Amino acid sequence: MTKFPYNETVLEHFKHPHNVGEIEEPDGKAIEGSPACGDMVSVTIKVDPDKNTIDDIKFQSYGCASNIATGSIITDLAKGKTLDEAKKVSWKDASEELGGLPPIKAHCSVLAVEGLRAAIRDYEERNGLVTEREPTTLKTIEKRLKHVMNPLMGLDIVRTDLVRDVSFEGGIVKVVVDLDESHQFAQAIKNDIAEKIEPLWDVELVEVEFTG
Amino acid sequence: MSRRPLERRARRDDSDRRLEATAGSAETPAAREEADVFGETTYLDNSATTRLDERVLEAMQPYFFETYAVATSEFGYSLGIEAREALDAARGTLAERLGAAPEELVFTSGSTESSNLALKGVALALGEKKGRHLVTTRIEDFPVLNTARALERQGFEVTWLDVDGDGLVDPDDVAAALRKDTILVSVQHANQEIGTVQDIDAIAKVAYDGHVLLHTDATHTFTRLPIDVSGSGAAASAGAGVGEVGETSPESGADLGIGRRDGAPGPDLVTISAHTIHGPRGVGALYVRDKTPIRKWMDGGFQEYDLRAGVEDIPAAVGFAAAAGLVTPQENEQLRALRDRLLDRALGEVPHTTLNGHRTRRTPQNANVTFHFVEGESITLQLDMRGFAVSTGSACFSKSLEASHVISGIGGDHERAHGSVRFSFSRFNSMEDVDDVIEAAAEVVAQLRAISPLAPRD
Repeated sequence: MTKFPYNETVLEHFKHPHNVGEIEEPDGKAIEGSPACGDMVSVTIKVDPDKNTIDDIKFQSYGCASNIATGSIITDLAKGKTLDEAKKVSWKDASEELGGLPPIKAHCSVLAVEGLRAAIRDYEERNGLVTEREPTTLKTIEKRLKHVMNPLMGLDIVRTDLVRDVSFEGGIVKVVVDLDESHQFAQAIKNDIAEKIEPLWDVELVEVEFTG
Repeated sequence: MSRRPLERRARRDDSDRRLEATAGSAETPAAREEADVFGETTYLDNSATTRLDERVLEAMQPYFFETYAVATSEFGYSLGIEAREALDAARGTLAERLGAAPEELVFTSGSTESSNLALKGVALALGEKKGRHLVTTRIEDFPVLNTARALERQGFEVTWLDVDGDGLVDPDDVAAALRKDTILVSVQHANQEIGTVQDIDAIAKVAYDGHVLLHTDATHTFTRLPIDVSGSGAAASAGAGVGEVGETSPESGADLGIGRRDGAPGPDLVTISAHTIHGPRGVGALYVRDKTPIRKWMDGGFQEYDLRAGVEDIPAAVGFAAAAGLVTPQENEQLRALRDRLLDRALGEVPHTTLNGHRTRRTPQNANVTFHFVEGESITLQLDMRGFAVSTGSACFSKSLEASHVISGIGGDHERAHGSVRFSFSRFNSMEDVDDVIEAAAEVVAQLRAISPLAPRD
């Protein structure tokens, strides 16, 4: 038997992805990209302002198979849901719905989830539904680091104890990662951390240090 | 239109027949019918490794079951003496193909070990005496790349040479990088991903004039392009699979070889391997020019002129020699034809496609292009589902999740690496395979572009 790297559900979504395209004059839109793997996802949504539900959603993907399959399933899951419900759709939900994704692909597929959330945030910002800017704290940083995947485990670097230390002083965030600098994933993780932390409004520089 | 693998069987039968004629295997038409039902993959990843040729297996067989003793000294028992003779014969065949003396060829477990031995062996021999500086390129394959990095961590200094947009090293850059304490220059003969062939003769002259040793990784060129380390130019014109076929034409590969001119200095160390030429995996060799200062780094017995400890793998050595003997000038011409057809069609028929590597200074078996606005793993998976095995420089495909260092080395951005696809050919591929894969690729790329946010909308 031919052995493919993904299960049949994933392959089916990869071959025939649902909700592909771009909504004209969307109510919310986002493009999420990961410099670590180079993938990119765009999400556009149409919102029913009375019911606060996602009426229509479409995505585009410049990415690998798990990225495309997650985009397909996540848009299926979000369609018809209220914004608050849709915001809670997680990578885990997507992965479960797809019958499991390879852990090493988590960081490619999580992009679609981030795309969905960013599109909703975009809608909320445009419609004045967002709270004021808050100063960045270590807690904010840790929350963001929980979106940086440890490709070895398919879980984030916080939960897999890769983050040895975090500091924030004078606009400079320093993250110490418990990994050898020459480790095969060191560069990918470093890029991913910078990508997640840098957009914070009061962060000027992100430094990543390796212990090894 | 979509083609399923089982619709593309005819040319497969051709290669089967060719094998039957030589190896005498008796595959019945019924057995072939059965294989049809399951479909077969058209394997186009021959730079990664190749399918073993049945004739190689046949040559190896007696050394597993009959002459299976270790190679003993000349005063050993008869089975061991026979084994030694077989090992010597294999060594002689391979050495001749390089224009080397048999004593200059050390069998190893493959390119990785050969290049480790070359770099670490010279570092051990000269690190204290002469210096701790090496020169290499940014686009080497992992055996050289990571050995150089490992030496860096041990306090050696490495100058990493840049290459141009085609992947070529400027010999003047090599000259400029040489210092009093430089102990080794290591520049690959041809690149593993983009197939670009370096001017090793020019680099050898620079190294020779600077009194520095030169190593070259010829994993992807041995028997495919002429290599003669002797300085007489003899092996280069006769034995290396180019023969009389258009010897002076640029397409013949003669001008891409090593040791093209009489009396020219050659490399001192050359890495070669069996896995790229339908030989067994796990065997390679390192050519070590007589009197080259080098020390073994894996301790053990005194085998292989005291440079590589361990019981010799005689069946593998015999298989390597047999595999080298099977590569003909005609085969290399055929590979060039397949390569050129693929490049012509890919660049001519698929919009937004870029060539990776040099158009003519490239190995006969390698074609590499970037299909822009789409990601490589998506392409390879789609092609896999249609029965084609190819590889990509995309980060998503790699074990390290890092994009190809070769594509970034030639100045390509992430996007160029992301959509790069390598097609590499072998003895068992036909022109029909090329046409089939390029038609499938054109279709797959169009489908993926339809969902890509980057692709221009027509």
